[in-house]
Parts: sequence; C-alpha cells; structure tokens
Amino acid sequence: MIANQKSILELQQHTGVNVNRCYQCGKCSAGCQLADEMDFPPSMVMHMLQTRDEELFQQLLNSKTIWLCVSCQNCIERCPMSIDIPQIMDYLREKSAGEHKINHQSRDIVAFHRAFLDSIKYTGRLYEIGLIAGYKTRTFHLTQDVKLAPKMYAKGKLPLVPEMIKGTRNIKGIFSRTKH
Amino acid sequence: MSKIGVFICHCGENISATVDCEKVAAEAGKMEGVEFATDYKYMCSDPGQTLIKNAIKEKGLTGVVVGACSPRMHEPTFRKACAEAGLNPYLCEMSNLREHCSWVHEKNEQTTEKAIDLVKMLVEKVKKNKPLNAIKVPITKKALVIGGGIAGIQAALDIANAGQQVIMVEKEPSIGGHMSQLSETFPTLDCSQCILTPRMVEVAQHPNITLYTYAELEHLDGFIGNFKATIRLKAKSVDYKLCTGCGLCTTKCPSKKIPSEFNEGLGMRTAIYTPFPQAVPNKPVIDRANCTYYQKGKCKVCEKVCPTGAIQYDLPDQFITEDIGAVVIATGFNVLKTDFFPEYGYGKYADVLTGLQFERLASASGPTLGEIRRPSDGQIPKKIVFIACSGSRDPAKGIPYCSKICCMYTAKHAMLYQHKVHDGESYVFYMDIRAGGKNYEEFVRRAIEDDGVNYIRGRVARIYEKGGKYIVKGADTLLGSKPVEIEADMVVLATAGVSNPGAEELAQKMHVSYDAYKFFAEAHPKLKPVETNTAGIFLCGACQAPKDIPETVGMASGAAAKVIGLFSNSELTREPLIAVVNRSAPPVFSTCVGCCMCQTACPYNAIEREEIKGRDGSVIKTVAKVNPGLCQGCGTCVAFCRSKAIDMQGFSNEQMFAEVMALLNE
Amino acid sequence: MKKLGFYPGCSLKGSSSEYAQSVLAVAKAFDLELTEINDWNCCGATAAHNMNKELALSLSARILALAEKQGMTEVVVPCAACYNRLTVTQHELNKDEALKQRVSDIIEMPISGNLQILNVMQLIDKYVADRLEEKVTTPFGHKVACYYGCLLVRPHNILQFDRLEDPQSMDILMKRSGAEPIAWGFKTECCGAGFSVSRTDVVAKLSGNIVKDAADRGAEAIIVACPMCQSNLDMRRPQINEYLKQKIDIPVLYITQAIGLAVGLSPKEVGLQKHFVPVEFSEQH
Ligand SMILES: Cc1cc2nc3c(=O)[nH]c(=O)nc-3n(C[C@H](O)[C@H](O)[C@H](O)COP(=O)(O)OP(=O)(O)OC[C@H]3O[C@@H](n4cnc5c(N)ncnc54)[C@H](O)[C@@H]3O)c2cc1C
Ligand code: SF4
Ligand code: SF4
Ligand code: SF4
Ligand code: SF4
Repeated sequence: MIANQKSILELQQHTGVNVNRCYQCGKCSAGCQLADEMDFPPSMVMHMLQTRDEELFQQLLNSKTIWLCVSCQNCIERCPMSIDIPQIMDYLREKSAGEHKINHQSRDIVAFHRAFLDSIKYTGRLYEIGLIAGYKTRTFHLTQDVKLAPKMYAKGKLPLVPEMIKGTRNIKGIFSRTKH
Repeated sequence: MSKIGVFICHCGENISATVDCEKVAAEAGKMEGVEFATDYKYMCSDPGQTLIKNAIKEKGLTGVVVGACSPRMHEPTFRKACAEAGLNPYLCEMSNLREHCSWVHEKNEQTTEKAIDLVKMLVEKVKKNKPLNAIKVPITKKALVIGGGIAGIQAALDIANAGQQVIMVEKEPSIGGHMSQLSETFPTLDCSQCILTPRMVEVAQHPNITLYTYAELEHLDGFIGNFKATIRLKAKSVDYKLCTGCGLCTTKCPSKKIPSEFNEGLGMRTAIYTPFPQAVPNKPVIDRANCTYYQKGKCKVCEKVCPTGAIQYDLPDQFITEDIGAVVIATGFNVLKTDFFPEYGYGKYADVLTGLQFERLASASGPTLGEIRRPSDGQIPKKIVFIACSGSRDPAKGIPYCSKICCMYTAKHAMLYQHKVHDGESYVFYMDIRAGGKNYEEFVRRAIEDDGVNYIRGRVARIYEKGGKYIVKGADTLLGSKPVEIEADMVVLATAGVSNPGAEELAQKMHVSYDAYKFFAEAHPKLKPVETNTAGIFLCGACQAPKDIPETVGMASGAAAKVIGLFSNSELTREPLIAVVNRSAPPVFSTCVGCCMCQTACPYNAIEREEIKGRDGSVIKTVAKVNPGLCQGCGTCVAFCRSKAIDMQGFSNEQMFAEVMALLNE
Repeated sequence: MKKLGFYPGCSLKGSSSEYAQSVLAVAKAFDLELTEINDWNCCGATAAHNMNKELALSLSARILALAEKQGMTEVVVPCAACYNRLTVTQHELNKDEALKQRVSDIIEMPISGNLQILNVMQLIDKYVADRLEEKVTTPFGHKVACYYGCLLVRPHNILQFDRLEDPQSMDILMKRSGAEPIAWGFKTECCGAGFSVSRTDVVAKLSGNIVKDAADRGAEAIIVACPMCQSNLDMRRPQINEYLKQKIDIPVLYITQAIGLAVGLSPKEVGLQKHFVPVEFSEQH
C-alpha cells in the first residue's frame, strides 16, 4: 500500500467532506440505483478513500462508478452521517477527466457530455441534432436511434435549425474563462 | 497577638526531593506572628499529628498552617487533629507544597523560595481566620421516588425495607413502566411480567410506601434533608376507597376505540380503563379526553353499572404537599415511533413496527395473546426483517448516540420469532453487534447459530409496500456492499431510545441538570453515577440514558443506598464555608441594600429575601439572606454584590487580600 | 393579469415542446403572463455539472443575472433539471461571496441572488390553487401515479420543496383536478436521467422499474414535471418494454397537460399528440 495523504487532503479541501466520518454502514450502496452497474458501490468508494491508499485512489479515478453516478442525491439524503457522496463523485470526475484517466468503458458517457457542452458552446443552447451528430462522431455509434429521429421530427420535437442566442460571445467567454 | 504554628511536611521525598523543607521551616519561623515552626517526614502520620497537637497545647497557638500535600487529601485530617487539641478546626489552613510546587518544579533555589511564599500567604490568611462551626441541618426521613418503572420500584423497595418512608409518584394509572410491556427478557428469556408483577404488588402493600398513581410532581422547594414537594393528583374520576376493581365499568363503557398505550396502539381500550389486567393498583381511571360524558355531556354508563357507586365525575385535580428528605428520579425513557423516517414510510405502513410493539405481539398478555401476527391482516409473517440502529447513531435524522439496548432486544426478538414461527425466516440488518455484558454475546450467538437468524451487515436504504409485502432494500457490506432486497411480511425497527417528553420540564422544576438529549445528568460520569448536581436528589434507571434491566436495577439499589445513608443520621453536618450577608446594629442592620442581584446570580437558588421588622411588626428593611442548607459556597453572589454585603466564610475578601498582600509586600 | 418571468430551457424548445405548450396554455387559462428571459442560454444540465463545476455554475448564473437585469423577481422554471440547477446555483453563490464575485467576473454581469425560482407545482400553488377547483370542467378522472424523480426534491435542504421519499404536492394538485393519485413505491427513485443516449440500457432498467410499479398498482397514467423523466418513460418505452419483457402502455403526462385537460383545454392545445405512448383515454374528455 502506498499511503498518500495528499490526494485525500485535496479532496477534503475541495469537497468539504471529511471521509473519516463515514462509518461504513452501507446505506448509500443499498439505495443507489446504479450500484449494480458500478465497479465500486458508493460505500466502497468511501472506504477506499479512507484507506488513503494512492493505488486505490487511482483506481477510483479510473473507475466506471464515477461516470455512472447520476447525482440523484439519494445517498446523501439517506446517509446517517450526511456524507456528500455526489460532491465527491463530482470531484473525482473532474479530476479523472483533467488527468485523462477516464475509464474506457465509460467513454460513451463522457462523449455525450462533451457533445452536449460543444453544442452549448457554439449556440448558447442545446441543439439536439447537433448533440446527436456530435455524439455519434465521437463514439462511432452511427446507427443508434436512427429510427427515433424522424419520429421526433414528425412530432415537432426536433427543430432542424439551431437557435442561436445573441450572447454567444459571452458564452464562449464563459467557456474559456472556466477552462482549467 | 497571633501565635501561628507552621508545620512543613516532607511527604516522604515527594516534597523534600525538590524543596529544602528545613529552610522553609526556618524561614517561616522568622515570619511575623509565627510562634513555632518545624518540619517532619510524614506530618499526616500519627507522630506528625501528635507534633501539631502538642505544639498547640504547649505554645498556645491561635492558628496552624500545614505545608504539605493537597487540602483535598488531608485538610480533614489536620483540622481534626487541631480540634482534638482544642483549636477551632477552621483556624487550620493547608498550603499545597506538593502539587503546587515540588511536583511541578526542578530542585533549585527558586523552588524553595516559592514554597516559602506559599507558606507566607497562608500565614497571613490564617491570622484573619475566624472560628467557625459546622452547620447542622435536620433531615426529614422520607424519600420521594418519581416514576414507578422497575428503577423506581427497586429504589422504593430498598429504601422501604431499610425502614424508611417512601412516597412514590407515578404519572400513569399503573406502576410497572416499560418492563411491564415486555414479553420475555434477555439474556435469560424469563417472562417479564412474572418477575415484575410480584414487585409491583409489594410496592402497593408495603407499609412504608405511599403510592400515588395518576400523579405528577407539581413543585419542589427546599434543600437536602428538607424538601417540600407539591404533588398533583390528577382526577381519576373514580373513588378508590369505594372501587373494588370489579371491572364492570370497563366492559360496559361505549367509548371503546381508543388506542391502548400499554399495547402501543396495537389494541384498543375504553375511556374508563385499567391499562392492563395486572395493573397496580388494579382500579380504573376515566380518560376524560376520550370519555363521551366529558366530551358530549351525555353517557354516564359507568355510573349506572358500578355496583359500589364509586364513579365521581366532578372531582377536580387535587394537590398535596409532603415534607421529604431526599428525591430519587426514576422517570425512565421512551422510544421513537416509526414515523420519523421518510425512507421507512413515515409510519404509514401497518406492519412496520417498533421494537416495543413487537414486544406486545410476542407477549402472552398482548393483543394477539403472544402470537406473532400482522396488525394489517392478522396473518402470521413468514419473513420478517429487523433493522437495528433505527434512528440511533444517526445524526442526520435521529440521535447520534448508541441506544445500547437494541442490539440485545433485536436478537431476542428474532429468537422469539423463530421459536414461535418455526417455518419463518428472519433477517437482522445491523452495523455492529453490541453485546457487552454477562451472557450477552452468548445470547446473540445462540440466535445466529441455534435459531438460524440471518444477520446481514448493512443499513437499510428504504422500505416500500407492494402487494401486501414490504420490500426492504439493504446492502451486504461484507459482500462488497452488494444490494440486498428482501420481500418481508413484517419489519421491526429497533427505534432509538430517547428521553421522556416531560423530562426537561421536570428537571427544571427540580433544578437538576440534564444533557443535550434531555436525559438527567449524573454528578460525575464515573464517581457519582447516581447523584445529581443537587444535593439530596438522586437518579437511577433509563432516565439517565437508555439501559437494560440489570443495569437499571443495580443503579436503583445504588441510589437507594445513598438515600439510606443520608437517612442514617438525624442531622446533616455541612462545612460552614458558605456565603453570609453581613448584619450590623440598627439603624443600618446590614450594608445590603436589598437589590437581590445575588439572588438571580446564585446557581443553587440559595438566596432568599428577608424582611427586617420593627417592634410593631412593620417592615423596616428587606435584605438578602443565604439559606445555609442550600449554599454550596461557590462565591458567585460575592462577586455580584455591589454593596459588598455578602461574603464567604473561610474565604472572606479580607482573607484573600491578606494572602495577596503577603506576596506583594516583599 | 399577473406577470412572471419564464425560463423554458432547451428541452422545452425541442424534444419537450408539448411541456412548454401546456405550461403556457394553463398559464393563459389562469390569467398569468409568462415572459421569457431574453437571450437565455442552456443551464448546462448534467453535462456541465459532471465535467466542470465552475462552468456549470457560470452558465446557470448567466441566466439568473439576465433575469435580474430584465427586472424579474419571480421566474417560472418548468423543467425540473433547470429548476434544480438554477436553485442550487443561486444557493451556492449566496453562500459564498467570493465565489459569487468570481462567477460574476466570468459571466461579466453583476448578480445579486434574490430571484424567486418556481417550479410548476409552486407556480400553481401560489397563483392558481384557490381557483383550481372552480375551473375544473372535465375532471381528470383517472388513477394516476405522480412521479417526482430526483431533481424536484433533492437536495432537500437547498430546494426546500415538499418532503423526501413520499412528496405530496403533485398528488394534491392532481386530486384537486379530479384524479385519483395512488400510493406507490417509486415516486422519487431515479429514471436514469441523462443516460438516455449514452446508456440506454440503464434507462430501460431504471425507468422500467418505475413504469412497472405504476402499472402493477393500476395507474392509468404517470404524471411528471420533468422533460427528462417524461422522455425516458415515454420515448424509451420500447426499450423499457423489452427490458421488462412485458408490454406496458400507460401514458406519461406532464402535470400541466393533465390540469389543462381538466380545465377544458383540448388534447391538441396541450400537445398530447406529441407523445410516443399514445394518450388513449384522452378521447373520453
Ligand atoms: C423493545 C424493548 C425491549 C427491551 N427488552 C429488554 C430485555 O429483554 N431485557 C432487559 O434487561 N431490558 C430490556 N429493555 C430495557 C428495559 O425496558 C429498561 O431497562 C427498563 O424499562 C428501564 O426502567 P426504568 O424504570 O428506568 O424506566 P421505565 O420503564 O421507562 O419506567 C419509567 C416510569 O416512570 C414513569 N414516569 C415518567 N415520567 C414521569 C413523571 N414525570 N412523573 C411520574 N412518573 C413518570 C413512567 O410512566 C414509567 O412508569 C427493553 C427495552 C425496549 C424498548
Ligand atoms: S450511508 Fe453514509 S455513513 Fe453509510 S456507508 Fe454510505 S457514506 Fe458511509
Ligand atoms: S448520487 Fe450517485 S452514488 Fe449517490 S445514490 Fe445517486 S447515483 Fe448513487
Ligand atoms: S364498576 Fe365501579 S367498582 Fe367496578 S371497577 Fe368500575 S369503578 Fe370500580
Ligand atoms: S445497541 Fe446496537 S442496535 Fe442499538 S443503537 Fe447501539 S449498535 Fe445500534
């Protein structure tokens, strides 16, 4: 075990969560609807952090778990110690993306997020056709949902032209100023 | 002219290792007013004490300073020695040369210098000492026990059997407390009622015990040995002198749909009721809030059927006052209901029960006569889930502490269930199993090993009802926190043990402290577990924190022993180190101006107002007066008094100044 | 006529246009005028939240700042996701002055942080409730399962809306519109949220459990107040049915559609034709 206080200290500083307060009751994992899909259920994430083992920390950055968490907040609302797991997940996701440690099986999820943000970046709003096109080029899932789009269009749910806002420069500015 | 004797102790080597004791004695001998000074290896020993006694007699000493260890240790020893030699004991002072000097410094000049200073201060103080006499307070040998659960019962019987009078006040119509609701008790599984009811009867029949049920403490005044209690006797609406307890009224009362407190809402009772068949006293009261006559003005069925004419509708609450010498608080605890957990259904599921409700189901005297049946449809549950720590160890929604009893009763419940439903499956979700106690761990192991109870380590995230089943979603943390889902027929929550709703108000009435969770606070967590911070008021049982029966009973006997000890004297001797308001000749009477700031400042309510009256009975002046029975000598009032009218005996301002000046006038 | 600010959000402009349509129709029926925030942008939704916290805060903050600048004090936000993002953002900014300053610099606009942000239940409660019953002409006489999802009720300490696990506000409004809300087990469980495209399998499972519980208990419709929930439960029904190995065809309506029908709007006016799972019983209205 390679103990690394630093990673945990940083995490605690950013999230305001003292990982030692978790007493491993497992209630978060019991209620998390994604726990089945996760490689490490939320209470396990907490325990891995408690060990201060750098290797386990790296495994978390590289885990499916952090991308599967939907921030539904069920865990924190039920946690007897009010541990803000969603906040920890946010932190680990941002760190994982920043350090290019994204779990390869979770690439689709990340691709979707990135395509989504791209759309906002250029038009200020979500342009659904653009989003799907962007997602498909990032993931090569070219045929996914091909039958859905025409139906959506037919029901008036899919505008063909993106709505551009006037403040697109302002939006681009926001993107560049928050880029780390 | 003062003639002070100074006695420096070596304390073996405890003091002499770093302090030059001979030099201290020699320097003391040179101080003004010191008649005699010497040192000795063990001043507290018999020869040491003789040394002091002889010096007092031979030199005619008017004051003594012993430079030795802590006064906490030996002040009584040396004061007694002085008294034996004919010197008022309060003319003897101790200078702490050990804890305050030799133990905390290196051996060198300055250490000895400091010791000399410490002695000098006390020499100056003792010159101003005045002879004082111990305070004697008479004791009323009658104890008030509040609460008639097993704690109160045990304490009352112990005190009564020692020949002292007891008044027991119980707020419910019957004594017995929670123990009367239990089925069988861990770790031996003996029947709760079978071991409890004989004691309840003993209380009722004991010649030394006066029992007031359906009664509450209204007011408490006074101090140790001399309390005055006002007790409210709630109107029972039944004359107990006439009532024979035949129970006819309770069978005929038309108002039958009132959830029974004794059965935790799992059964119904009438408006005129005795809580349970073995109640003591076994006579009914009318619950006026639910009685048709009181609410609608018409009914009086009970009056018509009562063969002895015992029903009395119009009697109001009565108040009695009693002089008592000591109080034992034994008001017990409570458990949270199932309704406070959003994720366990806000209490809306009929078959999600508290542990106490499960006790009623498992009890032969309960609504199902001891069969485990679902309240919703009367079916026998084939799959049952127990959830430990429900609301305990849960700062977010419940209480942060461990309720201590639930691990054990949950094991008991699962065990009883397996004994009663042979083809049933039971699961216990737990975080830790806390089974510290004689035969406790063995008891839990039996539940797991012999009765096949499934223990799953993890908390339950939520429960919801579907098709008459309760879906319990938990996790098994020993299997990598794998989610576990159980379709249960019944769920029992080991809900947290909490203080009684009325505890805070009662504590304030009696001026005793309570903790953050409104449990009564003991005076010292280790060394004074049955005392409160108010002299003469003791506590026992679950009113101090959740605890099981053996611990409750032990504590109750402990509190009883304290009361019996107190009552073994007819007078109480107290140190005269208390505050006094000065008095002087008319027309001033006292420098006290009667502002009574001290009265509000005193944490022990020891200060009263006194009217000084002239010959004709007219009030000349109102001044403060310290009740010597109540004053604890804390000195808060002295600091508050703006006219310097109040002073501490033995630690007067004059004495304190003398000590300080001794240091400054080098 | 009461005037209120209005933030539709991207979904209501695209895949959930019927939600916008029904919100506006109901507002009109009750004499409320909703004015769209001029030049609003996307709140960033889950994507920004997951990838870059500061970006997420800034995108939402721009919307709040625009509303303030345009003199609005109350803003109606029908999309539960946007409602959540905007409310949480305002809370976080108000909690931390330094952060507020930093974000204000990023968006190049001042922000004071005292907007009233209303979801549709709050809107109806506040401005319509006392007139609801009298306006109901065709009671919504069906058994309904009110589905709240995550974003309306959590985090509870920030949103301060309704109670956890078993919220009631939607049930109460539906009851007053003539429906029979059922007690069920999945009111606030997650539908799979933003995984509709990237992890359709997860959505099929999570939403499937929800739809199944509602159907098992005899619900004739599921009522929602979130475009993400609606599209997961409605548009992904083929995948859901495949996962459940069972064909469930109960429709999923926005609460404003249901109330709209109850107060006499036509199915078309509230956009029922845009659903994937046909809203069959609407014919009886
Ligand atoms: C579900 C459950 C199962 C349990 N099983 C076991 C077991 O198997 N074995 C075991 O050892 N322990 C068991 N216990 C613990 C046991 O119940 C307690 O140890 C015991 O009841 C404590 O006794 P007590 O007299 O201190 O308090 P209580 O039993 O609470 O009695 C207090 C009494 O004081 C009265 N009172 C309260 N306030 C006032 C007032 N202001 N004025 C006058 N009277 C008042 C009450 O009416 C009551 O009669 C169990 C507890 C629970 C909840
Ligand atoms: S619910 Fe809270 S305390 Fe329990 S394991 Fe999860 S984070 Fe830890
Ligand atoms: S917030 Fe994430 S970890 Fe917590 S319960 Fe929801 S999905 Fe699971
Ligand atoms: S009927 Fe009369 S005597 Fe009999 S229990 Fe009732 S009150 Fe007592
Ligand atoms: S005694 Fe056991 S069940 Fe009760 S709170 Fe403590 S650990 Fe939990």
